[in-house]
Amino acid sequence: MIVTMTNADFSTEKPRPSHFQPRLDERNIHDAWSSWNGYKLAEYYFEAEYEYFCIRNTCGTYDICPMQKYLISGPDAEKMLNRMVTRDVTKMRNNRVSYVLWCTDEGRLIDDGTIFRLADDSFLLTCGSPSTAWLKKSSLGFDNVTINDRSDELAALSLQGPTSCAVLKRMGLKGIEQAKPFTIHHFDFFGDSLMVSRTGFTGGLGYELWIKAELALELWDAVYEAGADYGIHPFGEQATNMARLEAGFIMPGYEFNEALKTVHFEHDQTPFELNLDWMVDFKKPHFNGRAALLEESRRGPRYTLTKLDIEGNKPAEGAFIYDSQDCSRHIGYVTSGMWSPVVKANIALAMIETPYLKGELWAEINYEKELRHYSKIARCSVKEEPFWAPDYAKVTPPRDY
Amino acid sequence: MAHYDTIIIGAGHNSLVCANYLALKKKNVLVVEAAEVCGGLGARHEFHDGFHASVAHQASHFPQKIIRDLRLAEHGLSLSGDHKACIGLNRDGDHVILQGNKVSGVPDNEVDAYKRYHRLMKRYADMLAPFWLKTVPPIGNNSLPEMMAFAELGLRIRLLGKEDMREFFRMITLPVYDLMDEYFSHPLLKSLLGWDALIGTKQAPRSPNNSVLQLLYRMAGDSHVTLDVPTLIDALQRAAVSRGVDIRTNSRVCDIVVEQNSETVKATGVRLESGEVVTAEQVVSSADPKMTFLKLLGAEHLEIEFTNRITRIRDDGLVSKLHLALNDQPSFSGLSSPAGRLFIAPNLEMIECAFDHAKYGESPVDPVMEITIPTLENPGLAPEGQHVLSAHVMYTPRKHKSEWDESARAELTTKIIDAIEVYAPGIRSLIVGQELLTPVDLESRFNTSGGHWHHGDFALDQLLMMRPTHGAAQYSTPISGLYLCGAGTHPAGDITGMPGHNAAREILS
Ligand SMILES: Cc1cc2nc3c(=O)[nH]c(=O)nc-3n(C[C@H](O)[C@H](O)[C@H](O)COP(=O)(O)OP(=O)(O)OC[C@H]3O[C@@H](n4cnc5c(N)ncnc54)[C@H](O)[C@@H]3O)c2cc1C
Repeated sequence: MIVTMTNADFSTEKPRPSHFQPRLDERNIHDAWSSWNGYKLAEYYFEAEYEYFCIRNTCGTYDICPMQKYLISGPDAEKMLNRMVTRDVTKMRNNRVSYVLWCTDEGRLIDDGTIFRLADDSFLLTCGSPSTAWLKKSSLGFDNVTINDRSDELAALSLQGPTSCAVLKRMGLKGIEQAKPFTIHHFDFFGDSLMVSRTGFTGGLGYELWIKAELALELWDAVYEAGADYGIHPFGEQATNMARLEAGFIMPGYEFNEALKTVHFEHDQTPFELNLDWMVDFKKPHFNGRAALLEESRRGPRYTLTKLDIEGNKPAEGAFIYDSQDCSRHIGYVTSGMWSPVVKANIALAMIETPYLKGELWAEINYEKELRHYSKIARCSVKEEPFWAPDYAKVTPPRDY
Repeated sequence: MAHYDTIIIGAGHNSLVCANYLALKKKNVLVVEAAEVCGGLGARHEFHDGFHASVAHQASHFPQKIIRDLRLAEHGLSLSGDHKACIGLNRDGDHVILQGNKVSGVPDNEVDAYKRYHRLMKRYADMLAPFWLKTVPPIGNNSLPEMMAFAELGLRIRLLGKEDMREFFRMITLPVYDLMDEYFSHPLLKSLLGWDALIGTKQAPRSPNNSVLQLLYRMAGDSHVTLDVPTLIDALQRAAVSRGVDIRTNSRVCDIVVEQNSETVKATGVRLESGEVVTAEQVVSSADPKMTFLKLLGAEHLEIEFTNRITRIRDDGLVSKLHLALNDQPSFSGLSSPAGRLFIAPNLEMIECAFDHAKYGESPVDPVMEITIPTLENPGLAPEGQHVLSAHVMYTPRKHKSEWDESARAELTTKIIDAIEVYAPGIRSLIVGQELLTPVDLESRFNTSGGHWHHGDFALDQLLMMRPTHGAAQYSTPISGLYLCGAGTHPAGDITGMPGHNAAREILS
C-alpha cells in the first residue's frame, strides 16, 4: 500500500530561528544552513576555510543557542550530578566549569558536556543533544532537585580566537583578562547579567557568552562593534569541526554514537575507548557505570581512539586502517580527518583495535579528482601529544592585541 | 561498640525466619525493628482496650520444611488443627463450603467439576511448590547449577504428561474469571475459588496475566494446617532469641551505612534514628525494595537504570483491614460456628465491580471481603468470652480520591459493617470498638511502601528472576554485603517465610 499524505503538515519540521537570526541572516551570504536541535545553524557564512583562519588568527563567533542548557538546582543537585557523571563534581568550586561525561549502567558513553557550577546548589549543564529524559531518570530517588530546561530561554555565543580577549576588553568587560580557563564571570549588561566563561571547543583562547534571549541582539551588536578592529567573523559548523579536530575534541556522530541512540549492541563507545581515561575518577563516590568501567579499565578497551599523523596530504576521512601495507587485516577506521593548516600535517582520529596499536598502521584513503576515484595506502604514525595546543590558549592574562 | 555478623532491618516474619537460619549456623545476628513489637504485617497489636489483631490473619501455606528446620513446635507453635474451611456466605444460609478437596452446598455436577478442577490445580501447585523455596537464577551467563534449576523446572513440567502440560501453559495466564467459567456455573463457588487468585494484587477476575499463578502459589500449602499468625510470630521470635539473636524494637533504621572502597560500595552497618551506628559484616533488609534502596540506602549509591526499575515497582496497595472488637461471639445465619474463612463475594462480577471503582480512586459500592474470627483459635487476643472479627476488604485504592479523609473512612466502615450484618444479623450491637486500616495507614504504621500486601505487586513482570528487579533478584544486591529477605523478593508475600528462608541460604553460601 502506498500512503500519501495529501494534507501532511511538515511545518513543524522547519528549523526555528536562532535568537541571533536577524544578524545571522545578514552574514550567511550563501544561505548555507543546516540545523541543530531544531534550530537553524550555519554550515558556513562565507567559506569554511576562511572562517577557520579567523578562529586561528583573529577571532570568530559560533552560535551556540541550539546547545541544550539545563539548570539543575536544589540541595540534592550536587549529589545527583555527581552520581551521573564520571568526574568528581564535589571538587568543583563555585564559578568553575568542568568538562564531563556520562554513561549508561553498562559504562557506555551517553554524551559529553560541561557543568557550570553557579552556586553550591545550582549547576548549568550544557550538552549537544536533548537529555531531559536521562536527567529525569538520573534524578529518581533524589527528592530535592529540580531540572529546568533553559535551552530556549538562554542565548549563547562562543567567541574564539587569539583576539577574543581584546574584543571583550574593548566591549568594556572590566577585568576579563584576569579570567582563568574554566572560570565563570558576571558583568552588567543592559541592566541584566551577562555570564562569561573562559571555555570553548576550538583548543585556542576563547570565551562563551550567556545572556537571556531577549538581549541576544544587543549582545551580538556589542561584540561585533568591539570586534570590528579585531578581524571578527562568524563561523559555522564546518570551521568548528576543523578546529575541534586539531584540538583533539570528540564529536558525536564522528568519534562516538550516543549510547541511548544506538541500535546495535556495542556500536556505542566507552570513555576508555575514546581515550578519556583521565575523565573517569574511580576515587570519587559511586557514579553510574562504575562497575562496568572498572572492569574495562582492568581488561583494557577493545578499541582506542588514536591520533594519527598520516603520510601525504589526502584527508583520510572514512579511511580503513590496516595492520600492514598489503591490507591483510582490517583493524580500525578513521573517525575524522583533515589537512591541518596550523599543524601542517595530515591529521586524523581513528578507532583502532587496541592490541594492534603497537604494530604498523596503514590507512586506505579513498579520494576523488574530477569524478575519478582513487585509493592510496598511506603509512600512519601515532601521536601521543595533542595535535595542537598553543600556550597562548592557557596563559592569564592572555596576550594583548 | 557492638559488631555483628549480620544486621537484619525489620522484624517481620521473613526477617525472623532468616535470623533463625543464620543463628543456626552460629552467626551473630541483630534484628532492628521500627515498631514496638516483632511481626511486621503479622504483628499483634491492640486496636481496642484488651482486643488484639494482626493485619495478616492466617498463614495457609507456611512450609513444613521451615517449621521442621527451625523446630518451631519446640518454641510453642501448635500444629494441631487442620486446614481452615472456606465458606462462601449466602444470604439465605445456603453456604458453599470448601474443605480441602471436598465441596458442599452446590449441585452434584459442580461437585464433580470441583474434583476435576482440584485434581489438576493440585498437580500444578505441587509441581511448582519446590520452586518457591529456590533461588531463581538470573537470565544469561548461567553457571551449571543455575542451569540445573531451570532444567529441573522444565523436567517437572514435562513430567505432568502431554495433556496436563499443555493445559498448564494455557491456563497459567487465563483471567481467573475464564478459568472458573470453564469448570463451574455456581456464582458463589466461582468467587470463593477465585478469591485467592486476586487478593493482594492489582488484578480483577477479568484481568489477564498471572492471577492463576498466585492461586497455585497459595495452593502449595493446601495440605498443611492453617496457622494463627500471632502464634507463629511468637514462636519465631522465641526460637530466634533462644538461638542468641538480639532483637531491638523501637529502633528505626534511617540509613544503611556504606563504605566505598576501590572495588565497590559495601554495606557496613546501619544508622538508627537515635544517631547510633551499629556495624556488621552484612546488612539484610526485610523492608520493601523501594524503602530499602531509595530511603535507607540512597540512589547515589546505585546505577541509574537500576534505580529507575526500583522506582517503577508497582506497590499501590488495594486491600484494607477492618478489625471489630465484639463483646460476644457473632453468629452467621446458617452456620453453627463462624470458624474458617468466611467470604462475602456473591459472584465474580461483584468483585470486578469493586475493582472498577478502585481504578478511579473510589471505594467499592459493594465491598467484597474475607472474614475470620481469630479469637476462636487464639482466645488470648480478646478479653475472656469476647471476640475479634478480622476482615480483608477489596478493592480499596491507596490513591483514594478523598485521600482517605474522615468521611471516606467512615463511609467505608459503615458499608463493610452493613454488608456483614446481612449475613450476621445483629452483629452491630456486639461492636465495642473498631479499627479501619486503609493502604495509607498500612504504609505509615507498618513501614511498607504503598501499604502493599506483597511489598510489590504479584505480577509476571515482578516475579521470579525479576523480583524485585534484575540485579537484586537473587537476594544479593549491587551493594556488596547488602541483601534482601522480605516479601519483595522471590517468591513473594504472604506469611510463608520463604523469602527469609531463601535469603538465608544465599547469605550463607
Ligand atoms: C491488609 C493485609 C492483609 C494480609 N493478610 C494476610 C493473610 O491473612 N495471610 C497471609 O499469608 N498474608 C497476608 N498478608 C501479606 C503478609 O502480611 C505480608 O506479605 C508479609 O507480612 C510480609 O512479611 P515480611 O516479613 O516480608 O514483611 P513485613 O511483614 O512487612 O515486615 C517488615 C518489617 O520491617 C520493618 N521495617 C521497615 N522499615 C524499617 C526501618 N527503616 N527500620 C526498622 N524496621 C523497619 C517494618 O516495621 C516491619 O515490621 C496481608 C497483607 C496485608 C497488607
